[in-house]
Amino acid sequence: MNGTLMAADLSFGFGEKQILNHITFEVGKGEIFGLLGPSGAGKTTLIKLLTGQLRQKEGYAELLGKDTRELGDSEHRQIGIMMDDFGLYERLSAYDNLLFYADIYGVSHSRIPDILNSIGLYEARNRAVFKLSKGMKNRLSLARALMNDGKILFLDEPTSGLDPAVSKEIHDILAEQKKRGTAIFLTTHNMFEAESLCDQIALLNEGSILEYGSPADICRKYDHLNKIQVTLKGGEMVSLENSKASALWVKEYLEQEMVEAIHSTEPTLETVFLELTGRGLGEL
Amino acid sequence: MNHTAAIFKKQLKDTCKNKTILIQFVMFPVLTLVMHNMIKIDGMPKNFFVNLFAVMYMGMAPLTSISAVIAEEKEKNTLRVLLMSNVKPCEYLLGIGSHIWTACMLGAAVICTVGNYRLQERIIFMILMAAGIFISLLLGAAIGIWSKNQMMASSIAIPVMMVLSFLPMLSMFHDTVRKVGRFIYSEQINRMISQIDSLQIEKESICILGGNLVIFVVLFLTAYRKWD
Repeated sequence: MNGTLMAADLSFGFGEKQILNHITFEVGKGEIFGLLGPSGAGKTTLIKLLTGQLRQKEGYAELLGKDTRELGDSEHRQIGIMMDDFGLYERLSAYDNLLFYADIYGVSHSRIPDILNSIGLYEARNRAVFKLSKGMKNRLSLARALMNDGKILFLDEPTSGLDPAVSKEIHDILAEQKKRGTAIFLTTHNMFEAESLCDQIALLNEGSILEYGSPADICRKYDHLNKIQVTLKGGEMVSLENSKASALWVKEYLEQEMVEAIHSTEPTLETVFLELTGRGLGEL
Repeated sequence: MNHTAAIFKKQLKDTCKNKTILIQFVMFPVLTLVMHNMIKIDGMPKNFFVNLFAVMYMGMAPLTSISAVIAEEKEKNTLRVLLMSNVKPCEYLLGIGSHIWTACMLGAAVICTVGNYRLQERIIFMILMAAGIFISLLLGAAIGIWSKNQMMASSIAIPVMMVLSFLPMLSMFHDTVRKVGRFIYSEQINRMISQIDSLQIEKESICILGGNLVIFVVLFLTAYRKWD
């Protein structure tokens, strides 16, 4: 396989308890891969396996062309990690936090102002972290992951608990990274994030991948109704078969300027997950 | 910059902003300075407060500060991120440990300066303090590694620290305490510092100190291996 990151039949457990079962996927250069699953599905454990913090007994995983059980300094320098709980030094300033990680990664200090500017924290650089808002801490945590300009980013719930405006800022930064060819592995239980950002997603539940593919493909696969819904002015809703025969009806509605909105009946990822597991992504 | 040096530098900045840790480094040297110069009682042994506070400082400051620092990093997940960034547990412990050891040695130097010692005595005093601080660091690090959070660390560290720090003082007043306490490194260092002007160190003291060192190294390694 030629991906930046890949896992093949990866399984992991603590003692008798199996956490991950036969996980297989691949993430290429400049791709965003989203792992969707509720809390306790095994997302963080998978990140730990892929970054070499845990070692699997079954299956194989490769990061930047190397077995994840044998990652060395050169591979670790190419990885950026953002955890869901920040892991920032609260008493130190935003600048000092990045300065410390610049020293850890062996990155030039001159990179810090550029990164702070890119995430919009330059003005707050001398403020102690405990005085920053949750959104600012999140951005700082992302800045730390970007410090080493790595080839792959691991992001654990990057926008969890953030308001839409801050989430959008984070998404823009990730889109920029994607353009630069960085592979991004993110975990989330936010279906909108997955749909708007990810090239490929995997739905993870109780340690097993239930579905794997592009968000659009997965949603189409579970579009059992396969219909078109036309909402007419006045509120009436017309359901049409997704076939050639419906074209005339749609044309007529459009010509008579009766159409308020046209939708397909494709389910959302949340609905697909609910159908597969009987529970929502946000549920424990 | 290597990882250990980076952690040392970070910890230095963090300590300057962490009043609870800072006060542990500063309190006893300042207390020694004040008590030694203010309280003069007839018949009081030479360097009474210096010897007493030096041993209390050695048993207290390194142990509580290293356990608090490690436990805080575990609780706030900064340690997890650090280890994910390819920092080895031994590099982390070396960075934190060397910082706290240096800070405590500076405090010990202040206490030593306050005492009326000759040059040779000062050298022995600092060597004894260096050894004692090192043993306390091992014990404190083991407590920090074992603890899940700061609350747990302080609930273990405080009673241990009380025993180590107050035993030498209590042994001055009670025979049984003295007999039991002689097997603990802080009491032995207390005895050696009290007899520093004779420049004689008994074999028994060295053996007990060595025994304590071995026990705490094993304790530390057990905790470390479980963690690594």
